[in-house]
Amino acid sequence: MNLGTRKLLDRSFTALGFGSIVIMGLALLVVLTPIVTKGVGAFVFQGTIEHRKLLLNEFHRGDAREIEKEAAETNRSRQKVFDMLATFDQELDKMDYEQQSKYRDSYGQVKTALRALFGPLPGDSEPALTRFQYGQTRWNKAEEKLHDLLYEQKWDYSNPDVIAKPYDVSRAGAFTGTSLAGLFPYVEENLDKMMMPEWTFYWGFFTEKSLDAHFFGGIWPEIQGTIFLAVGAMVFAFPLGVIAAIYFTEYARDGFLTSMLRSANSTLAGVPSIVFGLFGLAFFINTIHVSHSKSVLAGSLTLAIMILPTIIRAAEEAILSVPKTYKEASLSLGSTKWNTIMTVILPAALPGILTGGVISLGRAAGETAPIIFTAAVSVGAAIGLGDVLGSPTPALSWNIYNLASEHEAAAEIRHVQYGMVLSLVMIVLLLNLSAIILRARISKKLKG
Amino acid sequence: MPMALEATDTKQQGNGSPALDIYLPPERKKITGGGTPHVVAKNFSIYYGEFEAVKKVNADILSKYVTAIIGPSGCGKSTFLRAINRMNDLIPNCHTTGALMFDGEDVYGKFTDEVLLRKKIGMVFQKPNPFPKSIFDNIAYGPRLHGVKDKKTLEGLVEKSLRKAALWDEVNDRLDKNALGLSGGQQQRLCVARTLAVEPEILLLDEPTSALDPKATAKIEDLIQELRGSYTIMIVTHNMQQASRVSDYTMFFYEGVLVEHAPTTRLFTKPKDQMTEDYITGRFS
Repeated sequence: MNLGTRKLLDRSFTALGFGSIVIMGLALLVVLTPIVTKGVGAFVFQGTIEHRKLLLNEFHRGDAREIEKEAAETNRSRQKVFDMLATFDQELDKMDYEQQSKYRDSYGQVKTALRALFGPLPGDSEPALTRFQYGQTRWNKAEEKLHDLLYEQKWDYSNPDVIAKPYDVSRAGAFTGTSLAGLFPYVEENLDKMMMPEWTFYWGFFTEKSLDAHFFGGIWPEIQGTIFLAVGAMVFAFPLGVIAAIYFTEYARDGFLTSMLRSANSTLAGVPSIVFGLFGLAFFINTIHVSHSKSVLAGSLTLAIMILPTIIRAAEEAILSVPKTYKEASLSLGSTKWNTIMTVILPAALPGILTGGVISLGRAAGETAPIIFTAAVSVGAAIGLGDVLGSPTPALSWNIYNLASEHEAAAEIRHVQYGMVLSLVMIVLLLNLSAIILRARISKKLKG
Repeated sequence: MPMALEATDTKQQGNGSPALDIYLPPERKKITGGGTPHVVAKNFSIYYGEFEAVKKVNADILSKYVTAIIGPSGCGKSTFLRAINRMNDLIPNCHTTGALMFDGEDVYGKFTDEVLLRKKIGMVFQKPNPFPKSIFDNIAYGPRLHGVKDKKTLEGLVEKSLRKAALWDEVNDRLDKNALGLSGGQQQRLCVARTLAVEPEILLLDEPTSALDPKATAKIEDLIQELRGSYTIMIVTHNMQQASRVSDYTMFFYEGVLVEHAPTTRLFTKPKDQMTEDYITGRFS
């Protein structure tokens, strides 16, 4: 091959490698950008007076006097709306039945939209669910609800060849000539006075329990549950994995049994996580009864089995990468095998072992399938450390899925879901970051 | 398997009695209290699986003197050296026949504690291999292992060992620094000091200068001269000048056979065996 061709090949391969790295970086950016931008919206947003009232009433946070003053102000603006409703009620009473039924449906929808905006209307009985006790707590949501109030969505079936298209019809038109006609432009114009939006940094999102199935409040129980499960899994898997790795590298003789054990380990690494989940249910809960039902303990054990092969493999690699000369040096000084392992080999292998451990910790934190049947519940309070043996816990991974697909009002609380995703990603990133830092520090100490 | 060379009784008296040559005094300063057989090999063979790497060696290694082992690559000299403190145990399939006695005790005996043995027979390797710990911890590693806990005693031992290894003046102000920060030559002397800290009787040096520059090599050679008389020293080397400079006795191995074992000056000036002569005159290597 002549020099020109060789150089060309070399350059094109460099370009190819660089290109794939750029593509990888872009993919990461494409994934992370929406996660961060949308996730941040869970705790940095324009909160309305309803949000402040909620915090004051349910979490006893905020300046009570200030909030009451604001509430009084917004109520003054809202009062005009309620007055219009009262006037229209009287008007409605005077109508005959036919006229009444003409307005009844639309009027009901208007009232529903107003309740969504402001909370219970005057004369309503106190709603049982917290979600109905307050109006919109977030300004962008309030604007959506305003749209629902102003327009009725209808479907256009005129062309049978295409799928029906939705279109908006102004509600104000339906009420022309009545006292309610003025309500729509009034609300549209004065919504900000009635809601008083202001930028809020809601740090309680990370530290508070949720209210009414994640409608309000934070995700602390989920964060805590995730930490419990991941740490629990490590408590079981890490010592076991390191000991197994020591056995494989230092004690096991090459033979049929060892190669069987090794391939068993590799196979375990390839088992789909849902299978681990079902196994955990069948074995830990139904067979050996570690707990009566789902529990953090059962979930941790299941996760531990799942991450065990990774830990073993990482620890094995780390131990094998310790220079053989260390071992020779230690043995030649009259050290026993056990002592050599404990004082020379393990310390030198520690960075690698820890890296494997933390990566596994991140994986345990993020896995959903193994905990569905063994540990996770959709809604629950934060459990105490004493309850881990018998209580299930909410966990981020499972609740992200739950909020995305199974929650009865998933569309209303997307922001909570995004916030959970961001939290989970942050937790895993932080774990990995700490692994990198830890590794760097130990390596530096070892290299001198 | 036909053997290219057979150790014969004409060259050595069999059954553990080595060539009478070695009991001739070395042409160097005599060591009082030395010169008794410290390590004795009787028909000692080492096998890697089926392969006989060291063949029926009979030799006496005399105490307190320096014995060099020379020979071409793959002749079994390192294997023989590593057999003395049983470092070959690390190699799977390695086994021995015949007897190797240390202080009258069978090294490969059924009840021999190899850990205790290695404490008495220290070893320094080809490549400097300090632990990734501080200089102090490197030296103190052995004593700690054997139960020395008192800080004062340890400090004393560390200083004594470093002084013996002629390293104290260079490192006494940075004992807490990582040993891997030292130069190659310093690292190797540190390894010597580390070995001396467990107070061995024998010092095995497996090509200790092959990874070092000439200056560092000279320092190690000086060190060997310093230690001569206090320890029984065996050094494997590729460098015949080095062997003639540092040793009292020299063993020449060829293809696993101990060809000649004699006082160094004699072996290098009047070799008895044609093979030895060919090797030391550079006719093959």
